[in-house]
Amino acid sequence: MSQSLIHARELTKKFGDFTAVNGINFDVVKGESFGLLGPNGAGKSTAMRMIGATSQRTSGDLTILDKDPDLFGPQIRAHLGVVPQQDNLDTHLSVTDNLYIYGRYFGLSRKFLKGKIEELLTFAQLEEKRNAKVESLSGGMKRRLTIARALVSEPEILMLDEPTTGLDPQARHILWDRLFRLKEDGVTLLITTHFMDEAEQLCDRLVVMDKGAIMAEGSPAQLIKDYSTKEVLEVRFGSERNAHMADDLRQLCDRIEELPDRILMYTEDGEELLERVYKKGFHPKTSLVRRSSLEDVFLRLTGRTLID
Amino acid sequence: MSSLQTRQGSLKIVDAARVAARGALFVTEARLRAMVKWVWLIISIAIANPVLYLVSIGLGLGSYIDKNTGAMGVDGVSYLTFLAPALLATAAIQGAMDESVYPTLEGFKWNKTFFSMNATPLSGNQIAMGVFFNSLIRTIFTAVIYWLVMLAFGVLESPRAWLAIFTAVMAGAAFGAFMQALAGFLENENVFFTIVERFIIMPLFLFSGTFYPLTNMPIFLQWIGWISPLWHATELGRWLTYGSEISTPMLLLHFIFLNSILIFGLIASRRIFTKRLGK
Repeated sequence: MSQSLIHARELTKKFGDFTAVNGINFDVVKGESFGLLGPNGAGKSTAMRMIGATSQRTSGDLTILDKDPDLFGPQIRAHLGVVPQQDNLDTHLSVTDNLYIYGRYFGLSRKFLKGKIEELLTFAQLEEKRNAKVESLSGGMKRRLTIARALVSEPEILMLDEPTTGLDPQARHILWDRLFRLKEDGVTLLITTHFMDEAEQLCDRLVVMDKGAIMAEGSPAQLIKDYSTKEVLEVRFGSERNAHMADDLRQLCDRIEELPDRILMYTEDGEELLERVYKKGFHPKTSLVRRSSLEDVFLRLTGRTLID
Repeated sequence: MSSLQTRQGSLKIVDAARVAARGALFVTEARLRAMVKWVWLIISIAIANPVLYLVSIGLGLGSYIDKNTGAMGVDGVSYLTFLAPALLATAAIQGAMDESVYPTLEGFKWNKTFFSMNATPLSGNQIAMGVFFNSLIRTIFTAVIYWLVMLAFGVLESPRAWLAIFTAVMAGAAFGAFMQALAGFLENENVFFTIVERFIIMPLFLFSGTFYPLTNMPIFLQWIGWISPLWHATELGRWLTYGSEISTPMLLLHFIFLNSILIFGLIASRRIFTKRLGK
């Protein structure tokens, strides 16, 4: 088997006249955590369904574990763990039964599953909910159960589509911690997200997607280095004055971005820049110096923010 | 300490060939596990349905009809004996529908479990067959209970009456498979409930020679019975339970009709499920 578990060349998916994924290229190697970062509608989920060997591509090449998903769908899916964007647990069944039946879909024996389910309940912190009906679980618990379910077959590749969308901050951090452990165990992760902090936390390498195409590829740090400055100074002058101020501020640094509520100033040294802003006689209502993030990379590449 | 210390990896533990061979049964197993939760409801319906129908319509309406038809009865037998095979087939069809239509709507739309199944090595074909097997189990259960209640009511006159269980199940399977395909095909379930149930299923029940011989109908309405699995199963049931007169070609026709619908329904279900999951 080659090093690359997922290999996509000019991968394209059209629905009628609409091109959801437009000729994307990437490789995912064993043991890495690879991300697709982009806003809603960028084509991430469509790409995931093709990689998940359920949706057929319109054109291009795609191999997963060295197999063509159009020809070997079930054989590929036998080694994938899929966490879809929307939890699709069986609401008639208990937590334990959901894990059990899913394991059966992979042809796993009752004996194997008995031990496996205990392990997964611990992993997902759902031991006390083992007999609870799925309906009664909180959003975070359902999400952890969906992830546990995807792990029942010990997949070679775990695919997570927007894993923490809709979760509160605490639930997100618990989930990230679980995913970190999987990474440590050598599971290959493929993650889509529109949260830049999530991408920075979880992904070794990622592609930035917009309108079905890949805009850039690299590690989070490399992307920030290539497409942004070290620091960002955010200043607010009030919504009416922001636009007016932008022209004056432009002279003070390499690049600025005007957002409806604030102005972003890109620089290597935020504090120093802020001093110069004050020296020029400008007095923003609020100011904030922070490190550049993937959000800034996305803004630079597309001219838009990730969350509209 | 790692939480997944026992990990061996799917390449070692998952046997895709095993799923390819038995996948449909795993789908059935999962559904049965859910059905166990409302098994008492299923049993209650299976018993109450025949008892209520046979007492109210069979005995109530039957004694009135029998008084007026005299010794000749309807088709040479008491009204209850005439009616019972039709109700047996109706119950089998109803049981099959419950377990094929609702799980299909649920799996595609309400909780999208078919999509989670299809993310495993299971194929659309296997999911369709798994749902069908499940509805077959419910149909057999319903038909057997119904038949036993008929036995208690003394309406099974022929020694080969037990074979009526099979013809009723055949009708249930045929209708269930057809409706499963339709439920998978109609992506808007409201169409199913408002149009299919009221304008297809209801007329089929009323115009299939259920309560009186189909020949009592004006000729321009008899075609409804001819396209209805219920009429074909009822005719076979009457032949088996009390030996109503029927020609060999007609027997064959009933048999072939039901099995054709069954085969068509299964092929259509498999295609529709595969297509809708692969979008």
